[in-house]
Amino acid sequence: MCLGIPGQIVAVADAEAMLCVVDVSGVRRTVDVVCVAEPGAPLDDLVGAWVLVHVGFAMSRIDEEEAAATLKVLSEIGEAAVEMEALTQGSVELLSTPR
Amino acid sequence: MRFVDEFRDPALAAALVKEIGAIAARLERGRDRPFAIMEVCGGHTHAIFRYGLEGLLPDLVEFVHGPGCPVCVLPMGRVDDCVAIAERPEVIFTTFGDAMRVPGSKKSLLQAKADGADVRMVYSPLDALTLAKRNPDREVVFFGLGFETTMPSTALTVQRALREGVTNFSLFCNHITIIPTLRALLEQPDLGIDGFIGPGHVSMVIGTSPYRFIAEEFGRPLVVSGFEPIDLLQSLLMVLRQIEAGEARIENQYARVVPEHGNPAALRAVQEVYEPRETFEWRGLGSIAGSGVRLTAPYAAFDAEKRFAVPDIKVADPAQCRCGEVLTGAAKPWACPEFGKGCTPETPLGALMVSSEGSCAAYYQYGGIRGEAA
Ligand code: SF4
Repeated sequence: MCLGIPGQIVAVADAEAMLCVVDVSGVRRTVDVVCVAEPGAPLDDLVGAWVLVHVGFAMSRIDEEEAAATLKVLSEIGEAAVEMEALTQGSVELLSTPR
Repeated sequence: MRFVDEFRDPALAAALVKEIGAIAARLERGRDRPFAIMEVCGGHTHAIFRYGLEGLLPDLVEFVHGPGCPVCVLPMGRVDDCVAIAERPEVIFTTFGDAMRVPGSKKSLLQAKADGADVRMVYSPLDALTLAKRNPDREVVFFGLGFETTMPSTALTVQRALREGVTNFSLFCNHITIIPTLRALLEQPDLGIDGFIGPGHVSMVIGTSPYRFIAEEFGRPLVVSGFEPIDLLQSLLMVLRQIEAGEARIENQYARVVPEHGNPAALRAVQEVYEPRETFEWRGLGSIAGSGVRLTAPYAAFDAEKRFAVPDIKVADPAQCRCGEVLTGAAKPWACPEFGKGCTPETPLGALMVSSEGSCAAYYQYGGIRGEAA
């Protein structure tokens, strides 16, 4: 829960509610992007960006290389599996359809 | 160097280890105990064990594993409070999976669930809010847990609940903040910590400036670090370089993720939704002034402690447990008489054995390098 996991923003789910769809190692879910959005800029600008996702919130923008390196460490210490399990089993609302 | 090969840059890792050894050799004279460098974050603890970093260090340098695992510092009585809320018939009690197995004085949340309480593991507080919207005739309570890394997520969820007019959602707020905790640690008279490796993801939220007092008032260096083994070695080297130069500064090794002033949107939400409690009880550490937070007046309607009569149970840890000393780095896990005997990951007595970030579980899983000899 503290380490989070990298993911890539693939779609805007609800711009007004500041929700985007993130792909985390092949699993998609809706996350809150208020902490990574540029104030005033359209959320579409975020599509394609890599972010660190903590408990359903995109908390920091990172580059692709950092995302890959972070994922590698998380896998090696066993946290990636724990995080993915929490994400897939604990998500009440996995993505249905991006707008 | 058994693990260095799997590092992203083995040559760099080897060079860092060599440089750490060289500094230790230069500092050796007149030194009667090792330089103790505390990594505050449980994620760092886990990485240190996984990559066998302790085994790469010279005898004169050691990691001390700090209190930065929020599950590990939950007192038993707090788990009892959770169980009391969860056992109310109208309540759906939601929590991160990490907290499910932490022992209370009678049962854990997992056992309460087996006994019929509606306890559900969720990935995100947003999922708890969704559950509340789907179950308007039930009371959905989220167990808010963690340092500043998870604090914005619950703050933003409470703000969302207010905006969306969801009234059957509340937060049992057990968030703790890192700065008062570090201060309490530093104020211990016999603290044998020479420097700190600062948490990466807490700092991503709060930035690096709040740590300045550690250098200015307590004369200890702190280097905010990433999670890769290379990051940790580099950060350790930065701390040792400061010690050698007789300096104490706050440095940021993880600048690729941690901005100096933190995350403004996250900090704004935290400031609006939370205010410090006078005092908050930690497992093994007693009460630390200002370390816990509660909801501010505008969000009081979402406070589970106001909505339900929370028993606020206080129970002492089992007498033979040494969780408190292990948490502050005063004792190693194997010094606890229960370690690996009465207390194992399957039958944990203390939370340090539950979470993969807890140092007892880490030593148990990976076999502490120096523990084997002890
Ligand atoms: S071994 Fe168990 S009881 Fe002893 S300090 Fe660790 S968690 Fe606490």
